[in-house]
Amino acid sequence: MKAVLALVRRDIALSFREGGAIGVALGFYLVVVAIAPFGLGPDLNLLARVAPGLLWIALLLAALLSADRIFHNDYEDGSLDVLAMGPLPLAGVAASKSLAHWVTTCVPLALLAPVLGLLLNFPIHTIPLLVLAMLAGTPAVSFIAGIGASLTLGLRRSGLLIALLVLPLYVPVLIFGVSTISAAVTDPVRLGRRFMLCAISLASMVLAPLAAAAALRTGFR
Amino acid sequence: MTFSLTNLANPTRFLNFAGTVIPWLAALTVLLLGVGLYQAVFVAPTDYQQGETVRIMYIHVPAAWVGMGCYAVIAIAALGTLIWRHPLADVAAKAAAPIGAAFTFVILVTGSLWGKPMWGTYWVWDARLTSLLVLFLLYLGLIALWQSIEDPGRAGRAAAILALVGAVNLPIIKFSVDWWNTLHQPASVFRTGGSTIDPALLTPLFVMGGAFLALFVLLHLIAMRAEILRRRVRVLQQTQVQQAQIAQAARA
Repeated sequence: MKAVLALVRRDIALSFREGGAIGVALGFYLVVVAIAPFGLGPDLNLLARVAPGLLWIALLLAALLSADRIFHNDYEDGSLDVLAMGPLPLAGVAASKSLAHWVTTCVPLALLAPVLGLLLNFPIHTIPLLVLAMLAGTPAVSFIAGIGASLTLGLRRSGLLIALLVLPLYVPVLIFGVSTISAAVTDPVRLGRRFMLCAISLASMVLAPLAAAAALRTGFR
Repeated sequence: MTFSLTNLANPTRFLNFAGTVIPWLAALTVLLLGVGLYQAVFVAPTDYQQGETVRIMYIHVPAAWVGMGCYAVIAIAALGTLIWRHPLADVAAKAAAPIGAAFTFVILVTGSLWGKPMWGTYWVWDARLTSLLVLFLLYLGLIALWQSIEDPGRAGRAAAILALVGAVNLPIIKFSVDWWNTLHQPASVFRTGGSTIDPALLTPLFVMGGAFLALFVLLHLIAMRAEILRRRVRVLQQTQVQQAQIAQAARA
């Protein structure tokens, strides 16, 4: 557990000092949401209706932008080999790196979402729920992205490939993420569905590192 | 089955086996397809509601059986790759993926051709259609992963992991899509009475099912044979390059 925490802390520090990555993801999120009204038209009622889906889809794309970095740097400079031989099981390494990706990418994106929601005429009183739903659902995003990152480790064009491999797996997260938010706007009774979102996140946090570790082992040899 | 599987682990023995089986299987496929298509097009009565368009079902439904069964084949082959390291398992999975994608594509195309006259639109976001579309995307992801990794051993294991991740996810996707659809579209009028199919329609359907199964096995065997030969050519080319390099080094 101590090793996991140390690894997570190291990855977070690295990504903050490296700079750039988080800003790019946030900027990408802003741009995607900002150009949507040009395609959909400036009708505020329409924008409010599509806002939950739009915010979620843009968040998935922005989070995938940095997904190929989850293992890449450590693979390049050889730290991953050291970590693999260390006392921490490889699944633990994969879990801590996915967790670091969640902290450094998904949490800032989820915190930016309310601002973008205002641009889309999203009702203000449901904004706390928007952030909560995104914080509950995004662990699944990061941990499943970890599988994609480990499968495509060291390949050319790995970023594009990750998107193709992983986006279909995000369908449940997207469905329950959006329905949690829209249910809060239209029909508070259905709010119980948000537990499905938490369930998907928890299950991915347990299962995805195992798959990612197996995939990392195929890359070593 | 295990007897033949262990027996066929040797690629050369598999090639011999495929060589003898393929002509017979091809004949069987042609026969079944001929009988099935004749029955489906000329013998089977038209549906009182759907008219002639019901005949699309004879392609659509068998393709659906095979297209979905193919993912099960890939998932089992993935277990074979990761657990037993069966030398032909990843060949089987790799050969099956494009075939499965093709059959799934046929399902989607025939479905939307049927949907136009029946529902008035080529595509609805019905739960079944949507989960099949996701299945198609998973096939594409598998194929893309095989294409991107050069070393066949690593590609096989990586694709096996992805196939198993997909197999775990498919029921969840299916469930969530069903739930999503019923939220937005409570009255699903697009369910034809599946269990109330008349025997006159059912017989050609099963013949076509047999034909598609034979077609799948045939295509799969041919694709596996091609993949084994492709790997042999690759190894031969690599040894040639190595020998050329050694010869060059000796000269220098």
